[in-house]
Amino acid sequence: MPVRIQHEDFDISAEIAALRDARRDVGAVASFVGIVRDMNEGSSVAGMTLEHYPGMTERAIQAILDEAGTRWAIFDSLVIHRIGALQPQDQIVLVVVTGAHRGDAFAACEFIMDYLKTQAPFWKKERTPQGDRWVEARAADDAAAARWEKP
Amino acid sequence: MTVRLLYFAGLRERLGMSGEELSLPSGVATVAALRTHLSGRDETWHAALSGNSALRVAVNQVMANANTAIKAGDEVAFFPPVTGG
Repeated sequence: MPVRIQHEDFDISAEIAALRDARRDVGAVASFVGIVRDMNEGSSVAGMTLEHYPGMTERAIQAILDEAGTRWAIFDSLVIHRIGALQPQDQIVLVVVTGAHRGDAFAACEFIMDYLKTQAPFWKKERTPQGDRWVEARAADDAAAARWEKP
Repeated sequence: MTVRLLYFAGLRERLGMSGEELSLPSGVATVAALRTHLSGRDETWHAALSGNSALRVAVNQVMANANTAIKAGDEVAFFPPVTGG
């Protein structure tokens, strides 16, 4: 499945190998891995919990992958997003895109991540020394997604 | 008509529930009307749902807006702006 929501960690090498092995005309693989940081908004972060909307989250990400497939010449795309309890330095999200050439693979990978940040229903709750807090949406993420809007 | 309502993240905590089946009075047939209906429950619901322009709504797992129609059996979800990735 090109969209996986899971508690378990993922192995980027194995995921890329699976996409490459699927066909012999892959000339480019672009990937992005998001990592939990130990700082956010001026506070240290001991860990976080990720909540999602089962059903809609998968549909929303699949719609983003479908859109990427119509905009760029790519072969396959994959998103793995973790949920549940995560610690600093844990991997949160993986995006992999394969294609014949780097330009479209890079662009599609960035587009998928920018749209995921603003469209896919996930919510982070951080543990900080001041207590637990829900992470606020960032205007910078909206701006990043807006770059891809069609004129 | 009866609809299924879902609440997520900070909104779920504020309202003290993750979801409910609700029978709507006739006339409540859009997202905007549903929000107004729920806001009338008490102060907590009013504060959480009324005038909170950042609040997102999905109908049958697709992002919706104030004018989106609601019909019997729909799944309507309310949640804060998303923060994944």
